[in-house]
Amino acid sequence: MLAISKSFYSLILTWCCIFVLIFYVVYVLEESNSNETDLHFHKTLLMAEENNKYSILLPTYNEVENLPIVVWLINRHMTEAGHDFEIIVIDDGSPDGTLDAAKQLQKIYGENKIVLRPREKKLGLGTAYIHGLKHAKGNFIFIMDADLSHHPKFIPQFIEKQRERDYDLVSGSRYIGDGGVHGWDFKRKLISRGANFLTQLLLRPRASDLTGSFRLYKKHVLENLVGNCVSKGYVFQMEMIIRARQFGYTIGEVPITFVDRVYGESKLGGSEIFQFANALLYLFATT
Amino acid sequence: MTKLLEWLTAFSILVTIWIALLTKKVDNSFVEQHPQLLLYSPFIAIILFGLFALAVVLYRTFTFNNAELAAAELQKEIQEARTSLTKLGYKFPSKLS
Repeated sequence: MLAISKSFYSLILTWCCIFVLIFYVVYVLEESNSNETDLHFHKTLLMAEENNKYSILLPTYNEVENLPIVVWLINRHMTEAGHDFEIIVIDDGSPDGTLDAAKQLQKIYGENKIVLRPREKKLGLGTAYIHGLKHAKGNFIFIMDADLSHHPKFIPQFIEKQRERDYDLVSGSRYIGDGGVHGWDFKRKLISRGANFLTQLLLRPRASDLTGSFRLYKKHVLENLVGNCVSKGYVFQMEMIIRARQFGYTIGEVPITFVDRVYGESKLGGSEIFQFANALLYLFATT
Repeated sequence: MTKLLEWLTAFSILVTIWIALLTKKVDNSFVEQHPQLLLYSPFIAIILFGLFALAVVLYRTFTFNNAELAAAELQKEIQEARTSLTKLGYKFPSKLS
């Protein structure tokens, strides 16, 4: 009996050692990747914090009901926190008059606060960011949904987080701390958690929420990432954060609540799941 | 090194060890006494990991915050915003009323 358990333990021990070794090798490799950001970290620390300007990119399509509310909330929270900001509305030719709503808002809040960058028709999210970035005056860029699922009250928290350690990007996460979702049934939650688990396992992204699109970027970081991402649709957000890790950018996280669309329809169908699986495999093989 | 390569590396190391033990290139008395256990160990490992994954995902699904407060607060703020915007001269599309 004793002999069995002894050899059994030695077998287990060997396996454990192998696992530890593998994890150590992976850890060392990843650390060496991220070291180059340290230099950058010290350089940007010297920049005066007070001169920061935040450009908030709002790509819209049929958001006539949500846009005024979002703009009003952004204005309230940014003014309260005393941050300099501008909102860049990139409307993709919405037939519901989103652009007219944006023009009204521009009259109320002024042309330096609301910037309109409309496009003729619905084009990709990535090109919307490139389009908006061209005219962004801020050194920091916020990306968020204009459908009220992302609450502007979190914006000052993103800024605080960013300043803590001069992060290159701060990502909102539904999966940590007080974060959460509203309006999701069991099936939707299960798919979300399952997909997240699989992604964490395969990609080890060091960020808990990959498909969320409420994020704060340094302008040059976003410019670099957008130029290097090829995905379309919502998996674009996933590629952005995975590439960020690949390039060694530092990532901070803020818990956010995601309130599913108050007005309008939310979508999660077979094609979204297929897109997700596709993107996951692509990133698994290439990053 | 891509994630795919990392996985393949780890996987091939484990397979190498497994085959070495299976073909008795490496002596281990426990393995010699339990050849069945060794033979099925990859499947056992996969099943155990599957159970672990299932437990984690289900636990996280059930403990996923519902953000009821945030949703209620948002509804109030929408009303607030609409009143305030109307005062500022914003005209909401008539179909909403």
